[in-house]
Amino acid sequence: MATHAATHDHHDEKPEGFLDRWLFTTNHKDIGTLYLVFAFIMVCIGGAMSGVIRAELMKPGMQLVQPYFFNEMTTMHALVMIFGAIMPAFVGLANWMVPLMIGAPDMALPRMNNWSFWILPFAFALLLSTLFMAGGAPAGGWTMYPPLVLQGGNAIAFMIFAIHLMGISSIMGAINIIATILNMRAPGMDLLKMPLFVWTWLITAFLLIAVMPVLAGAVTMLLTDKYFGTSFFNAAGGGDPVMYQHIFWFFGHPEVYIMILPAFGIVSEIIPTFARKPLFGYRAMVYATACIAFLSFIVWAHHMFTVGMPLGGELFFMYATMLIAIPTGVKVFNWVTTMWRGSLTFETPMRWAIAFVILFTIGGFSGVMLAIVPADFQYQDTYFVVAHFHYVLVTGALFSIIAAIYYWWPKWTGRMYNEKWAKFHFWWSMVFVNVLFFPQHFLGLAGMPRRIPDYNVAFADFNFISSIGAFGMLLTPIMFFFILWHSKKYGAKADARSWEGAKGLEWTVPSPAPHHTFSTPPVIDDSALAHGDVTH
Amino acid sequence: MKFGGIWRKAGAWMAAAGMLASGVASANPQPWQLNLTAGVTDTSHKVYAMHMAAFWVCVGIGIVVFGAMIVAMVRFRKSKGAVAEKWSHSTKLELLWTVIPVLILIGLAWPATKTLIYMASTGSADMTVKITGYQWKWRYDYVDYQGKPVNRVGFISKLDAQSDRIRQLGSGLDPWSAKDADGYNDYLLNVDHPLVLPAGVKVRFVVTADDVIHAWWVPQLGWKQDAIPGIINDQWTKIDEPGIYRGQCAELCGQDHGFMPIVVKVVPKAEFEQWLAAQEAAGATEQAARTAQANVPARAGQG
Ligand SMILES: [Cu+2]
Repeated sequence: MATHAATHDHHDEKPEGFLDRWLFTTNHKDIGTLYLVFAFIMVCIGGAMSGVIRAELMKPGMQLVQPYFFNEMTTMHALVMIFGAIMPAFVGLANWMVPLMIGAPDMALPRMNNWSFWILPFAFALLLSTLFMAGGAPAGGWTMYPPLVLQGGNAIAFMIFAIHLMGISSIMGAINIIATILNMRAPGMDLLKMPLFVWTWLITAFLLIAVMPVLAGAVTMLLTDKYFGTSFFNAAGGGDPVMYQHIFWFFGHPEVYIMILPAFGIVSEIIPTFARKPLFGYRAMVYATACIAFLSFIVWAHHMFTVGMPLGGELFFMYATMLIAIPTGVKVFNWVTTMWRGSLTFETPMRWAIAFVILFTIGGFSGVMLAIVPADFQYQDTYFVVAHFHYVLVTGALFSIIAAIYYWWPKWTGRMYNEKWAKFHFWWSMVFVNVLFFPQHFLGLAGMPRRIPDYNVAFADFNFISSIGAFGMLLTPIMFFFILWHSKKYGAKADARSWEGAKGLEWTVPSPAPHHTFSTPPVIDDSALAHGDVTH
Repeated sequence: MKFGGIWRKAGAWMAAAGMLASGVASANPQPWQLNLTAGVTDTSHKVYAMHMAAFWVCVGIGIVVFGAMIVAMVRFRKSKGAVAEKWSHSTKLELLWTVIPVLILIGLAWPATKTLIYMASTGSADMTVKITGYQWKWRYDYVDYQGKPVNRVGFISKLDAQSDRIRQLGSGLDPWSAKDADGYNDYLLNVDHPLVLPAGVKVRFVVTADDVIHAWWVPQLGWKQDAIPGIINDQWTKIDEPGIYRGQCAELCGQDHGFMPIVVKVVPKAEFEQWLAAQEAAGATEQAARTAQANVPARAGQG
């Protein structure tokens, strides 16, 4: 990935020197780049861990690692991917694009912005260092359920401290995004004229502020249970292990939407561009996002249907969960209708966006199935769930991030990428991601629990296929890196409006975007907004 | 089944596809199995029906949505001269695709609610078994049978010795070699002492755990239940068909989470009563011997 901009504008005032430029930066574009580079490194680390997992699971029998280390891998893979890759990547995109999309000169709180980012490398250094400690890394699953998690060694304390740091980083990032969007919009950029990416991030930021403290509370109670003799979750001391799960998932379900709402925003920017047609039902999209965000607070217990809730509780959480399908459906239908009677071209960002719509919808389908409590009694904690959330988080969140990078790359660097290689990258990923995750539906339905290092031979065939898919996917970060490096170095020069149908303020500044943009607020031309006529 | 033998594989695929179509499921996981088992209880049949209903609803919606996308991608290409239209809103359409999904969801929620109420009715059972999860084994205690308390029948059930040898890292032993008497590969799905239950009797389970959270899951029964320390959950089943039904711990419970299977052996009622009587007698003799030896009063029952 890029570490510095390719061209030097005369009016550019980039600080000289590496430390001044990157460590002390308060520039939203440079901080955005830092977030994205960090996320890319974390994807590689988390991917390597999934490689260990899939290698062990390739054949029945234990071939490579001890079961405990396997559990360390599943736990760390999830923590690294969720908190290290997906969330920072979205924050990086927000840093880069939100000011450019609303005509602001920078983020509202630039110094805090610097701090939000620079906390992260320390948080992950702490977390990853546990891999090298006596007793090993946390191995109780990323959900950290007590009492199991408390059986771990002192790695638990490191994990909890790392989570506190990530939480501080996320909360500060969220405050910054809200402050920027609410205060720094150019005159005429009314709330209901904002691009959907800005809208989805505004709502996501509120979710972050609401739930990260809840996670912090839950893990702090774990810490005091382990080291200070409290019994929040210890049954022998009068505590309740299920209470932890309620608190955790009160954070955890909104967290799921924190990782998907910005993806909805990205896709809502890309599809109109390459359909050359305004986004269908802009307001419905905004309201659907808000609706999903609200519902995300009242569905948490669908992650724990099998803990033995009373019938009334099961029913409430089933109905509430099924309701989410409505606003999510509205979004999918609106994307498809945006394409309808458009003038479509299929440049690489559009391909990833279309793949997102299809594959995320498949993840949504298994989500609807999982909402049906009686059926969930069978699906819960099987590979069916693993398939479900990887469709939502890999072909959903991650694909949207890749789409966004291809889409805005010319704006960031002033260079086009090689379309042929990018298409190869797309098709390779499209094939292998499905080879990887689709058979996991079958495994789960056939009865394979998740988080197991070994299995009966009946599960051998689909596990083998799934592992082949994983090894294929492990090559994609290398491809992506090479394509971006090549573009940065040798790519054709990009126009200010890099895509024919691209609308929105970000395309009115030169490519690459100068170090400082919109020092004087732009004049908003309603017809140049991505969603066209907003009076409806 | 190993890799090799394309025809064998094709046959297995066809068998699996046939299973998917007919809804007939075998009692244990099969190679290339694609779908959920329909199971062997009324509950599991209802659960399977809910699963299939939700599945076909998703297939239907998928055909409409993906169909529309494919048509759009083929017909409205710029390279074919498609010119983009300007509209971006339609209250009618948006209302339509809010209301129709609501109706579909109500159609799913209704039978799901009924099934759930059915599954929650743990009352009027003829028998109670207490299940306790331990790292990494299960304990079964027979509490009562047909209204009478059972005297000291309880045992630990853990991974069988053969699977345990094979599953050691670098054991060099072949998981395909673990076969039970019927030729079924029971690698990691076999235990030393199965839970023995009578056919045709409604059994109530009380489920708990001693150390960390586990989950007791036999797919053929149609549910799983978390086993949580300090909490007692209940569940029930009534299996009419004698047979061997296998399952596994489904909640991450530490390093050997993958190695604590569950085997339920369902036998005809008369045979079960004989077995239970023998167990009670053995338990009593053992207890008497222990009392005599240690010369301490017997502890209150293990149930
Ligand atoms: Cu267990």
